[in-house]
Amino acid sequence: MKKNQPKWLGTLLTYALMLLGAAIFAGPFLWMLSTSLKFPADQYTRTFIADPATLENYANLLRRLPELPIQMWNSFYLAALTTIGQVITCSMAAFAFAAVNFKGRNFLFTLLLITFVIPPQVTLIPNFIIFNWLGWVGTQLPLWVPAFWGGAFGTFLIRQYFLTIPRELAEAARMDGASLIRIFWDIYLPLAKPALAALALFTFLGSWNDLLHPLIYMPSDMQKTTITVGLSLFQTQYGGQWTIMMAGTVVSVLPIIILFFFTQKQFIQGIALSGVKR
Amino acid sequence: MQDGLKPLGREKIALWILLAPSMIGLLFGTIGSIIATTGISMFQWDLISPAHWVGLQNFVDLVTDAGFGEALVNTLVFSAMYVPGVIVISLLVALLLNTKVRGIGIFRTLFFLPSITSAVAVSLIFSWLYARNNGLLNYMIGSMGGAPVNWLGSDMIMYSVVIANIWGAVGEGMVIFLAGLQAIPKDYYEAATVDGAGGLAKFFNITLPLITPAIFFQTILSTINAFQAFEYIYMLTRRGGGDSTIPTIVFSVYREGFKWFNMGGASAQAMVLAVIITVLMLVYFQLEKKYVVYE
Repeated sequence: MKKNQPKWLGTLLTYALMLLGAAIFAGPFLWMLSTSLKFPADQYTRTFIADPATLENYANLLRRLPELPIQMWNSFYLAALTTIGQVITCSMAAFAFAAVNFKGRNFLFTLLLITFVIPPQVTLIPNFIIFNWLGWVGTQLPLWVPAFWGGAFGTFLIRQYFLTIPRELAEAARMDGASLIRIFWDIYLPLAKPALAALALFTFLGSWNDLLHPLIYMPSDMQKTTITVGLSLFQTQYGGQWTIMMAGTVVSVLPIIILFFFTQKQFIQGIALSGVKR
Repeated sequence: MQDGLKPLGREKIALWILLAPSMIGLLFGTIGSIIATTGISMFQWDLISPAHWVGLQNFVDLVTDAGFGEALVNTLVFSAMYVPGVIVISLLVALLLNTKVRGIGIFRTLFFLPSITSAVAVSLIFSWLYARNNGLLNYMIGSMGGAPVNWLGSDMIMYSVVIANIWGAVGEGMVIFLAGLQAIPKDYYEAATVDGAGGLAKFFNITLPLITPAIFFQTILSTINAFQAFEYIYMLTRRGGGDSTIPTIVFSVYREGFKWFNMGGASAQAMVLAVIITVLMLVYFQLEKKYVVYE
């Protein structure tokens, strides 16, 4: 028989480990924040509280990088457009695959699933060539237009959720003469809000954090490019000036952290949704 | 498979409107791209002068291309550390946080923060932590009496990039494992306790087999991520002329295609990457049949 340890000892150990983990995973954020609030001359003091604290770095950031607000805006509206495109087009296809009986459904769905595992880098070069041919390289179009042609991940995620909606609902509506589009709009979409929210969050985050695509399509236009590209130039511009570099990093992660605090339930549900319901 | 609603009369049109965006994406975005990449890989083309048919020469060149060989080795080394690292650490964190103590929600949120942060931001934070002379890590090592580590020097750079990347990925793995852990019925553990099973026995006989689906899913995700490693490499290992000290395959595709404008060579490299990932996935799905327990 196993000896029973006192319960409080286990709880204490759990808390100790959790605090250690929190220090590892959240500590660097605090370090970033406190560095950004220090005077440049104090950047090598290793205090966790900036004393004296200043907003000088943030003011400097705006002065030296006047494009920063516009890059933030670019990131924001590109992410918003991408999200709208994905949520609309993926849920449309997901409804067809989940609720409609049509010829070729299984074939098309299998085809879509196969594209799931194809690395996006395979599509990078032909897409670049097509966008180059269309004259879109150097514009923002290649960063959001493709979001409007669906995608395997989003379609799969929403379809799985649609499948959990009882069929009787759709059939009853059908008896009352509702059209496919009506059933999609009035029954499936409202009931699938958690899955739609999860897809929206993933898409927004993926677009906001993307570096490769803006780097390829708009490598040097500081007015049109995104905050990730702007930030990636920091190392070369401000090497060693950690206070201003961390101020820029804070500015770039703050909107996402705020978004996350308001939506974390949907977020975590969404990951669980994509991982477990297979 | 459910039968579903039958489209009536003109609803066929509505159905195809629903499907149209995805079909365009499938045709032009994905399947068309694969065919195009295959085609382009057989040309020499810089987008300016006319493309020039070279057959399989681009692939033959890859064999002797030292830069690509290096990228291939770097990708394999990176993946060999990153994939097990993410899985083991995420699982440990999930096991730790799968309790019902007070304040657990706050801890889960804190552990998840790195996962929502861009690779660019994480890299900037880590380049500050890694700074050789005044970085926090070397300060901590120094205050314990150790010698400063040259984190971003050639000996350590691979480990440093893997660490930063794992730090940025553990939160997502944790959530997947937490969902798996919470789906295990509590009475399994109660029954095992009645039979006198200890903590370790319960872990190996109940927990581990029942979360194999989550482990499988996480393995696929992190393998795909590892073979597509680009952002951390670009941010932490960049050097002059758009090159990297430890280029990976995706970095090499980027360099070949968008720095040197060798579209044929870049396509050939992308094809090799696609083949490697496909083969790995086939192996994984074989392993799934053997080891993954679905209830």
